[in-house]
Amino acid sequence: MNALISTALSGVILMFVGLFVNNKQQIKYFAIALVLIAFVANLLEAGTLQGGSSRAFFGMLEVSRFSILFNAVMLGATLLYFMLSGREFEKVGEHVADYFALVFFILSGIMLATGFSNLLMLFLAIEIISIPQYILAGSDKKNLKSNEASLKYFLMGSFSTGILLMGITLIYGATGTFNIAELALGTGELHPLTIGGIMLLIFALAFKVSAAPFHFWTPDVYDGSPTVFTSFMATVVKAGGFIAFLRLFHVSFTGGAISSHWLPVLAIIAAATLLLGNLTAVFQQSVKRMLAYSSIAQAGFMLLAVIALNETATQGIVLYAAAYSVATIGMFAVLMKVKDYTFEGFNGLARKQPLLALAATIFLFSLAGMPLTAGFFAKYFVLSAAVQQGQLLWLVILAVICAAISVYYYFRVIIAMYFKTGEPQVEPFTPAFKALLIATIIIVILLGVYPGVLLQWA
Amino acid sequence: MLTVLLILIPLVTGLITFGLKGSGPKVLGLISSLASLAVVIGALFQFRTAPDALHLVAPWIPQLGAQFNVGLDGMAVMLCLLTNIAFLLVFITIYNRSYERASSFYGLMLLSQAGLIGVFTAYDAMLFYVFWELALIPVYFLCSMWGGEKRIPVTFKFFVYTFAGSLLMLVGIIYLYLQSPDRSFSYTTFTNLNLPVQEQSWLFWLLFVAFAIKMPIFPFHTWQPDTYEQSPTPVTMILSGVMVKMGLFGVIRWLLPVVPQGAYMWAEVAMVLSVIGIIYASCIAIVQTDIKRLIAYSSIAHVGLMCAAIFANNEQSLQGIQIQMFNHGINIIGLWIVVEIIQQRLNIKNMDEMGGIAQYAPRLSIFLVIIALANIALPLTNGFIGEFLMFSGLFQYNFWLMGVAGLGIILAAVYTLNMVQKVIFGQGNALTATTVDLQNTELVALSLIVGVILFLGVYPKPMLDLVGSTTELVNKVF
Repeated sequence: MNALISTALSGVILMFVGLFVNNKQQIKYFAIALVLIAFVANLLEAGTLQGGSSRAFFGMLEVSRFSILFNAVMLGATLLYFMLSGREFEKVGEHVADYFALVFFILSGIMLATGFSNLLMLFLAIEIISIPQYILAGSDKKNLKSNEASLKYFLMGSFSTGILLMGITLIYGATGTFNIAELALGTGELHPLTIGGIMLLIFALAFKVSAAPFHFWTPDVYDGSPTVFTSFMATVVKAGGFIAFLRLFHVSFTGGAISSHWLPVLAIIAAATLLLGNLTAVFQQSVKRMLAYSSIAQAGFMLLAVIALNETATQGIVLYAAAYSVATIGMFAVLMKVKDYTFEGFNGLARKQPLLALAATIFLFSLAGMPLTAGFFAKYFVLSAAVQQGQLLWLVILAVICAAISVYYYFRVIIAMYFKTGEPQVEPFTPAFKALLIATIIIVILLGVYPGVLLQWA
Repeated sequence: MLTVLLILIPLVTGLITFGLKGSGPKVLGLISSLASLAVVIGALFQFRTAPDALHLVAPWIPQLGAQFNVGLDGMAVMLCLLTNIAFLLVFITIYNRSYERASSFYGLMLLSQAGLIGVFTAYDAMLFYVFWELALIPVYFLCSMWGGEKRIPVTFKFFVYTFAGSLLMLVGIIYLYLQSPDRSFSYTTFTNLNLPVQEQSWLFWLLFVAFAIKMPIFPFHTWQPDTYEQSPTPVTMILSGVMVKMGLFGVIRWLLPVVPQGAYMWAEVAMVLSVIGIIYASCIAIVQTDIKRLIAYSSIAHVGLMCAAIFANNEQSLQGIQIQMFNHGINIIGLWIVVEIIQQRLNIKNMDEMGGIAQYAPRLSIFLVIIALANIALPLTNGFIGEFLMFSGLFQYNFWLMGVAGLGIILAAVYTLNMVQKVIFGQGNALTATTVDLQNTELVALSLIVGVILFLGVYPKPMLDLVGSTTELVNKVF
């Protein structure tokens, strides 16, 4: 609740601040302060919870320990994002305050997604997350590719919204309720409409989290959008989509009879996402595009958690969201300092900018799931959750093979930085950026050596 | 406490080394490896008096049930001893060389040492896995940064190969963990699982592939010759002398006790693969002209024999394999040191271009001959007792298998003596005439090796006593 209100308010406030404050640096600091406030407000709510969870808005929203934890992870990642990449906002265009405001609106959508207990709230959450993204994707107005990205995303996104709404309607028609707890479809006779509805929901949500075969928008949109916004879309936003996915299935669609209907579909989607994401990433020539495909591949891993739907899976998705967001935000922050986004542009970076190269290496290690980085335990938890599920060992083996493939494209960057020679062009950066980069490295390694710091709250 | 120190010394000094300049890295590397050796010798004595004091259990990730559970048994003490001797020898040998970016070089070397010791001491499967990877990553960087011309694709292949193997092992570990009644990764829990035979059967392969790639045995060996050839020689020493033992150690420590019936079921397949590897690698070794590749293939053949001996599953073979792990490590490091010296003096790897070195560098040649004889397991060298025990174990298992594996000894003699003859005997040429004989630190390193070879060749009892307890333990459960 607190998090939702504070992020929504922050968005509105920032829109007005843009009218009166011209100093872009100040706007950035103001936005950072607002995220901090939302972060603290969110944590304060944990103390007031009685009996595990509380409800708001006539029971349409549920605040639980878990949702607060996930909100905290998302707000923390956004804080990191603002601090590492806030300066890049200025380079996109004039309306810096608006960009920050849009990010806050997306955040408020995510805060809804972590706690919705009504299908209408789910719809609202997904829309609030999506619409600001269409704008952000096209914010580089003079760039054709950015326009294309925006339009493409908008058109495809609208379709998937329609499908989502259709799915909700079908389920409402079959059950007569929007309340996800009352749905509880695990037992009893199943109406054919329900199954149709669930399928449509799966397709729409798979689109939002860029799972194959609904992923075709992703590379173009991520590549065309200003890099600074790609960073946010590929991390926090995607994690927000997953939490909605997980929550819906965890509450409504668990149980033997019903899961036998959607499990094969979702398993195939996960397998396709893993394979397509990883195999296509191998052939990319631009690091930015590679990261776009890698985000699809990582979505495949997160889908394992949605499929498994057990306690390990919920722990796993928190850890995965944190590990993946931090590493990817960091990687994009490094990417934005390198002028040439091709792999060749990274040649010899280790000699010229040892810190940038080291940071990129650690982040890529984390994305590849190397032990002692956050990504390892994230992968460990989702794999473990899937093994626990019992029927999906084939998917786990496939995921493991894909993880080995992912090493190939992540390490191409490392090879370029450390083992090849070249004259990389690097934008200047401040000592504060250096310090933040080191702090991010420490977070990644801390979560990798001692994931308990995060898991003890889950 | 000593066990933790063993891991911490190289870890901490390794991290410090990254920040040093000038001759700082090599001095610190030497000091660190001396300290590690001292600690492992201390652990050796403690193992005789109070072995329980070497175990330490501390909470690590309570949500998972993973613990920081380390300890040393006979085999682990021996392998830690081998590791620390190997790193000391490497640092002594290269003390007078200068490396570009020396701080990174020594730092990464020490980190891989920490990883190796961690693998040998971990009694928690999760911890084992983490160290298993920690040992790999620094080696990948070492090979890719200081290796030969084709280093980038070759070491990348090596990395992907081993990483894929270890991921399969991870799936196996997860499965075992989920079967454990108390949700823990600890060694005792894993060894008491008593899973149904079918499950053990496929779990065997999930785990075995990771170990087989690391050893490597046929047909998982294709990364190995290229990697040995392209790596900088100090790294090759570690790879072949110590890292190969990770795979063998994994089989003895984790595979046999955890899935005994699976191992029993597939023992014949594993042995046949190993024996094919012996013959295949020996034959290829005979026709090599590149000295580094020759030693690489010879290593595959030796490891094949060791792997076959593990699955022969009796007391002799287990004793034999364990002490052979140590002796093979010492011998092959000796060979690599000689190669490193020749390469550094003459900058050639092709044996056809060598010859007559005995006239110009007699001391080097004497050492090479002794180490080469140990490599073919001549009596009174350290290689003999291990191979004898392994063959005697194989004989009890299956006569024909032993017969075929025994051909490996003859072939080993062929390629090793051929190498010795080509390198140091025969006609010298203008290039080899410039060979400078051993210098101070090199002499120290090789003397140490030859000392160990002769001592253990004449009196192997201390080593056999050391690993006896592990043999009993494995024999009991397997």
